[in-house]
Amino acid sequence: MSQVGISQFNIQIGDALTRNVEPILHEVRHALEKLLSNAESSIIDLRSIPLAPGEEEYIIETLGQGEVNARLDALGPSEIYETKYAGVWLVTHFNENDSIVSRFIEVTLLPDVLKSQREDIVHALSELETELDNFAEIDT
Amino acid sequence: MTKDVHIKDGTPELGTSKKSTLGDALHSHGVSRRSFMKYCATMASMMALPPSMIPSIAMALENAKRPSVIWLSFQECTGCTESLTRAHTSTVESLIFDSISLDYHHTLQAASGHAAEEAREAAMEENFGNYLLVVDGSIPLGDPGFSTIAGISNLDMLTESAKGAAAIIAVGTCATYGGIPHADPNPTGAVSVNDIIKDKPIINVPGCPPIPVVITGVLAHYLTFGSLPELDHIGRPKVFYGQSIHDRCYRRPFYDKGLFAETFDDEGARKGWCLYKLGCKGPTTYNACATTKWNNGTSFPIESGHPCIGCSEPDFWDGGGFYKALSLPTEDLSRTAVYTAAGAAAAGVAISALNRSKKRASDKIHIKTTIEDLRK
Repeated sequence: MSQVGISQFNIQIGDALTRNVEPILHEVRHALEKLLSNAESSIIDLRSIPLAPGEEEYIIETLGQGEVNARLDALGPSEIYETKYAGVWLVTHFNENDSIVSRFIEVTLLPDVLKSQREDIVHALSELETELDNFAEIDT
Repeated sequence: MTKDVHIKDGTPELGTSKKSTLGDALHSHGVSRRSFMKYCATMASMMALPPSMIPSIAMALENAKRPSVIWLSFQECTGCTESLTRAHTSTVESLIFDSISLDYHHTLQAASGHAAEEAREAAMEENFGNYLLVVDGSIPLGDPGFSTIAGISNLDMLTESAKGAAAIIAVGTCATYGGIPHADPNPTGAVSVNDIIKDKPIINVPGCPPIPVVITGVLAHYLTFGSLPELDHIGRPKVFYGQSIHDRCYRRPFYDKGLFAETFDDEGARKGWCLYKLGCKGPTTYNACATTKWNNGTSFPIESGHPCIGCSEPDFWDGGGFYKALSLPTEDLSRTAVYTAAGAAAAGVAISALNRSKKRASDKIHIKTTIEDLRK
């Protein structure tokens, strides 16, 4: 258990206060098995599960950090990284005040939010075409 | 906020923005699809929906029309509006408000007096049968003069505004169950929205105040699904009020092990044990505090060492004492005493014996804070 998180709140009775830490990690294991066998992605919303102070940090510490680390800048920052367990990603969305608004464990090959989105690509194509039209006008 | 109240020269300018979809509004604000997906993921978390629903939420929201919203405030302290507008998740809240057309809210709108009332009347006329009516505060039936807006009694304004509403969202414990104005002896004859309006769907979002994301979550649910969420037996959305604070409390294992704080400064309190004996109403209170938490997810009352006072339950103010354990009699014994002299004597003896016993027990387990403690 993270001593920082626990001692801060002076909670000392054993570990796994809510008994939810281990089941969540098992849920991640089941999700990884599904990803391997059926290529099926899963998302676990860490904010929908009761966790004592320090337990979320404990889960995050247990999952560790892997090779990929990305940062989005979309309606405030988002931190997305692959944990030390390949296929298990931690996605944390912040608002513009840098406060966490949601946090998920995604078990997937690549979180959807990292992929370029079709709607944005359509818009990008249109913008690039307009830019090139401007070039053409300058040339003539 | 005022950007959503379309007032021009004191005349309401309605219609144009409401006809566009939320997707159009977001595109025009330069919000990328990726940002929108992030928004939908946060919304799903807020609405306690499974993350697998994020794509469906995105699709529904993109095509959602912006509904007209009329917000009425009656006998209230403005705490509910404060809760919502002081929320730190400004991005999400502002997006929610970008996706509605707030046509009347007398605390937030720029217009005042007759111009404000004209805005309300115009919005009601233009969107008759389709607007959402949000109400905070209770309604006094004792004397119409106890609370009026622009000379209109709360009762008249509510009944008039409710006629064309598609649905009513009662925000805060005052609007949902009468709240503090309704507390004994209820000097203004305060009642809830539900006591007056019988022919419209009413969704109760109680709390003193309600958690901001619960307020916006209900609006988001309406925008996403075009309907009201499933309600419990007293009109609250089950997604937020489906489980008791006790069941979701991280201190629950202490309760199960029989480890309780007996006073606010004993060993149990220091170790973060269960606050049941200090009057915690968690076992009988249904709300989302234990998981959604307050102040941007920082904590909730129990996490800060204070028992839950049960503010999302009807008549919580008259529940017999915030610091009285649920297992003790909730009946006001002193009131019983008024009815029977013999009973009064017995009750008085019982209470004083109980108090003496509690005091002795508290003294026994009381641990004084020392200089050494402060140095730890």
